Amino acid sequence: MFIHIDNKTYTVKAGKNLLEACLTLDLDLPYFCWHPAMGSVGACRQCAVKVYKDENDMKGRLVMSCMETVTEGLRLSIEDKTAKAFREQVIEWLMTNHPHDCPVCDEGGACHLQDMTVMTGHDYRRYNYKKRTYTNQYLGPLINHEMNRCIQCYRCVRYYRDYAGGDDLNVFAAHNHVYFGREKDGVLQSPFSGNLSEVCPTGVFTDKTLKEHYTRKWDLTMAPSVCNHCSVGCNTIAAERYGQLRCMLNRYNGDVNGYFLCDRGRFGYEFVNSENRIKQALIRSRTNEAATESEIMEHVQSLISMSKVVGIGSPRASLESNFALMQLVGKENFYQGISEDEAHLNRLVVEMLRSGCVHSVSLKEIEQADAVLIIGEDIWNTAPMMALAVRQAVVKTAASQASQEIKIPVWLDSAIKELAQEEKGFLATLTIATSPIDDIATHSWHAAPDDLARLGFAIASYLQPGKIVNTDFSEALLDKAKKIGDALKKAKNPVVITGTSCYNDNVIKAAFDVAVALNTGERKTSFSCVMTECNSMGLAMMGSPSFSVANENIKTNGHATAVILENDVYKHIPSANADEFFNSCDHVIVLDALHNATTEKAQVLLPAATFADGDGTLVNNEGRAQRFFQVIPNTTSQVQESWRWLKKLQTLKLHTLNGHALHPDDLLREMETALPQFEGITNVSPKHDFTIHGEKIPREPHRYSGRTAILANKNVSEPKPFNDGDSPLSFTMEGYKGTPPSGVVPFFWSPGWNSVQSVNKYQEETNGALRGGNPGLQLFKNKSDARDLFFNDVPESFVVAKDRWLLLPKYDALGSGELSSYTAALKTLSPQPFASMSTGSLQALNAKDGDMLQIVDAGIMYGSLPVKADENVCDGVVLVTAGLRESMGMSWGTRVQIKK
Amino acid sequence: MTVMQHVWIVLGVLFVLLNIAAGLIWVERRMLAMWQDRLGPNRAGPLGILIVLADTLKLFFKEDWIPPFADKWVFIVAPAVVVGSVLMSFVIIPFTPQIIVSDLNVGILFFLAMSSLGVYSIVLGGWASNNKYSLLGAMRGASQMIAYEVFMGLSLMGVVMLTGSFKLGDIVNAQKDMWFVVKQPLGLILFFIAGIAETHRLPFDIPEAESELVAGYHSEYSGMKFGMFFIGEYLGITLISAVTVTMFFGGWLGWSFLPPWAWFFLKTFAFILFFILLRASLPRPRYDQLMETGWKILLPLALANLMITGAVALLIRG
Amino acid sequence: MFSHIRTIWLTFLHLFKRHVTIQYPEEKIRLRPRWRGRIVLTKDPDGGERCVGCYLCAVACPVDCIALQATEDENGRRYPEFFRINFSRCIFCGYCEDACPTYAIQLIPDFEMGEYNRQNLVFEKEDLLINSQGKYPGYNFYKVAGMDAGVKQKGEGENEDAPVDVHSLMP
Repeated sequence: MFIHIDNKTYTVKAGKNLLEACLTLDLDLPYFCWHPAMGSVGACRQCAVKVYKDENDMKGRLVMSCMETVTEGLRLSIEDKTAKAFREQVIEWLMTNHPHDCPVCDEGGACHLQDMTVMTGHDYRRYNYKKRTYTNQYLGPLINHEMNRCIQCYRCVRYYRDYAGGDDLNVFAAHNHVYFGREKDGVLQSPFSGNLSEVCPTGVFTDKTLKEHYTRKWDLTMAPSVCNHCSVGCNTIAAERYGQLRCMLNRYNGDVNGYFLCDRGRFGYEFVNSENRIKQALIRSRTNEAATESEIMEHVQSLISMSKVVGIGSPRASLESNFALMQLVGKENFYQGISEDEAHLNRLVVEMLRSGCVHSVSLKEIEQADAVLIIGEDIWNTAPMMALAVRQAVVKTAASQASQEIKIPVWLDSAIKELAQEEKGFLATLTIATSPIDDIATHSWHAAPDDLARLGFAIASYLQPGKIVNTDFSEALLDKAKKIGDALKKAKNPVVITGTSCYNDNVIKAAFDVAVALNTGERKTSFSCVMTECNSMGLAMMGSPSFSVANENIKTNGHATAVILENDVYKHIPSANADEFFNSCDHVIVLDALHNATTEKAQVLLPAATFADGDGTLVNNEGRAQRFFQVIPNTTSQVQESWRWLKKLQTLKLHTLNGHALHPDDLLREMETALPQFEGITNVSPKHDFTIHGEKIPREPHRYSGRTAILANKNVSEPKPFNDGDSPLSFTMEGYKGTPPSGVVPFFWSPGWNSVQSVNKYQEETNGALRGGNPGLQLFKNKSDARDLFFNDVPESFVVAKDRWLLLPKYDALGSGELSSYTAALKTLSPQPFASMSTGSLQALNAKDGDMLQIVDAGIMYGSLPVKADENVCDGVVLVTAGLRESMGMSWGTRVQIKK
Repeated sequence: MTVMQHVWIVLGVLFVLLNIAAGLIWVERRMLAMWQDRLGPNRAGPLGILIVLADTLKLFFKEDWIPPFADKWVFIVAPAVVVGSVLMSFVIIPFTPQIIVSDLNVGILFFLAMSSLGVYSIVLGGWASNNKYSLLGAMRGASQMIAYEVFMGLSLMGVVMLTGSFKLGDIVNAQKDMWFVVKQPLGLILFFIAGIAETHRLPFDIPEAESELVAGYHSEYSGMKFGMFFIGEYLGITLISAVTVTMFFGGWLGWSFLPPWAWFFLKTFAFILFFILLRASLPRPRYDQLMETGWKILLPLALANLMITGAVALLIRG
Repeated sequence: MFSHIRTIWLTFLHLFKRHVTIQYPEEKIRLRPRWRGRIVLTKDPDGGERCVGCYLCAVACPVDCIALQATEDENGRRYPEFFRINFSRCIFCGYCEDACPTYAIQLIPDFEMGEYNRQNLVFEKEDLLINSQGKYPGYNFYKVAGMDAGVKQKGEGENEDAPVDVHSLMP
């Protein structure tokens, strides 16, 4: 479709609005209330342009570009004098009350309001009257509130309420007194509140954790990173200054997280700066425990050459690190560092996705689904961004159906909302306990895992009669199955989501069978399974036996040295088993970034890099391999990536130390040869020697300040800039200034666009893919010829035992992260550990709400927990807050005894 | 004269010349400053004269560095050639009727021969440095010096014709009644211009043109080897001044209230100052302009001067 | 040709002109108040640090010789935790003073900063902070800024209305 802008002809995509069209064409047009993910409401009047009837029309008329659809041959002018003057006046009005505090505002330097003020040309205040002021609110430890700065664009409430489904932030009062905040001071309840800092075009909502060590955007050394806190693998930008990780920013990836992050991902970075970090290699039980690198290498070398070596991998270590350990100890001695139960589930998931019977779905595709079935996973708490995507699917399905009926463009937000009212798309949540996402669900049912699985199989059986045998389902169950099945059958793009968190393979099998039953000739059903850690999928794909097998082997054979990679064994394994393992090992060598129960057992401790001080690749639950890049230059401490330590040990062992630099690229290449399931993994990102016109991509913006003063207190002669050579990124401000390949975008910036809104300039079209395609490499290929397979493994329905309770984990969106709990702010927001049971179970126990209970499993006594009654938990099940230190290493999914 | 007397003269001349050359460091910097309304070096010693000592010490203590890419032996020899050849020229200068190292009967020819040897130091220095700027400087130096040497000799031939001798003693004595500057004004101007070009002083410092060629043929030199080029240049100024005085301004001749050496010295010094004044006032011409002027204007003028002088001499004698 | 001779003559005449040289350090030149010499950090009329750690001086600095870290006191008032200028890199361009929105950083007429050891040219906040308002007396940023940072309450600043009462229904 052709349109004419300022007498030049451009080709644009139909269905877009004028603002989107202009921004897609790289033209600068200011805006405030429009947001690519939230559409237009035409409130701020900032994006005015002139539209002309035809080429003879000299007068034209002013329109808000975000409210007009592009039409064939449309003539518009951005540069028109009237339009420019109009935009300048609008911003002048907005600025009459804007306070004089940019120097102390955290948004300054990355502020959309600053950018737009400069863009429109308003530079002198003519309004001499008094400014309106507001008092601020305490919004919790994550978000800072400074209401004076507000320009009433309504983006915050539109995001918080409409997009993320929160209900405790609202707009109050009237006319020029409108106030955006809570009804009274208090912590924002939504686990997506952090995005307010990026959604707000000015400094009303800012990142409070950044305030603790404030740095302007132009002073940050930034690198593309991948979130470590759940299996979804959202893309982030890690930002460093003075050797500390300062904040995490969203990195747009159209296929994964889009414009938003959850609070655990955004604020859970502080563990990198934690005092609990291991910075020094230690050899325990000698007078001087601290060891130099050569000392420790020699020591470890002698240990691993003396006896049999067992390698324990980790679901939160990168692929490179796990593979390097596998290479060091040999494939037959490498084990996953997780329990057999979990490993079994993970294997199952890999098998399902590899079969090609289902389509491994991305978050973007979930957003576009028109019916969603969730079986057995509390995604709001285990994969928050997936829950946000499901919410969009549910809310927008109704919207897009409505818009098709009366031909309203989908971006016309308020009209669509008016039309859709409370109508929602189909969502069924079949989980063990309630979850905030139930609020938008058409059906939600809470039951024990086996019963959930039975319902799943019932749905599959309803969808494809005869494929499931052993169908002695009850009437009630069949009735539910029919309702859900009918809705799914109608849908064009149904998505089935499950997860490993209820430790029951039948649940996953049932979800898979539903997905397969939904397959039609041309379409594989979208299927997603949430896993526990950021690289659970990567580790599972390596196909090694679990920790339990390692324990058995060592017990029978004895005499082994264990190398444990970035893994707190006590988190995954009951402590008795873990103790047993450590006692039967001759030597324990641990690589980790933080001190924990496992590192205490280590005789040799090697300081490993976190995602911020190392490079590596993670595979998310979708099977998408994503590369993260080092951002903290490491010049003094011994901290280095685990794979580097391990590879150095290996070269020492094989006497092949030839002084060659070692890059992740080399490891991935070796991995591709050794493990064919990772075919193509070398293409996950541009190689370390990739340059553009001979230039690397700078991690620092061109305005980076203080280069000649940062280290001047130590030595006035500046050292050479750090260079790790592992990636096409450099640790300086020099280098290629254009748009880098999408996978190695260290930050979003464009001339005149200093705020996050500059992401428009990196996209092929607004809200579309990044230029050159969204980063990440899907390891599970769609197989069109795959035959439909059914597990057909219907369990018996759950029976309540008299004095045995099924122990299941209850996750918390903010509190359950092993690493994120080192952020003080998230720590205060995470719940105190508790157990919850149905009132029926409590009666059976003769206990009441608030009593302290003690969980006993096979003779192991866990710490006592207060119990809460929850009528949505079914009888015979006990839920315990998971991911917290008090509930580490519990044998989830088993029947335990409970003592008062 | 006895052998001892000869030795004393040689040593004396060497001593005086080297001191003058060194002293010129101070003179030039002070005079340039004066002409630019500044004071110049005035801190070390009375009127800053000890700057000479300070500069010399500095040059001696600087790292004597030979670039690894240079042709080592040629690199070392080059600066010595310039000082050697200029000092040799002084052999024929009659400071007074008595103080002259050797009053050769081919005096002027010896001077011309020696001064043209100076080009070797530039070419060798530039070549040995193995640096593009040095080489460019050396090439420019060679062509400039060859061009200007031609009419340098010719411009002096007028004086020789009038005197009928190449001996500098005879030439001075021939000026008892009238300095040759009156009979040979064009010869003087041509010789002086050629002299500036030969010593590649400003405005004709094209071989070292720091704004284009860094420092031309001596870009790579440092320490005392650079100092030798430096001294060579000042000796060159002194030599051209002394020859000018001898040829056109009556050498040691003068009223009797001052001894002959003082007259010689005063006249020479005046020309040295004129050299410095030129540096203070004139910009450097372009290389092609320099060559064009040399070959197309100055050389024909020198030939014309020679012809007219010859014709007039024949007429008068005839 | 004539112009050359004239040039030589005119240059020669300069021999008799007055020298412009000033015999520093015996003679001293009078430096104007806006002369750009040593950099200082000033204090506001109430004796508080003017610097709010906004990083604008650092980003304006063409040689990147200013590094600082902002921090906050219990009232939310920003101040630099450390403030370092590497004077061995400073070119005294005065951009930092131009950029400073609070008149904190100022260049004063003092240039006598010679040191034998370059390390001594690295100035920390203690070396930079002076107990004076410098060239701009009477200015206190927090009185005109919208924020409440312990200097004034919301609405008490210059040109500010009292805070909005959200519960009011009055137009």
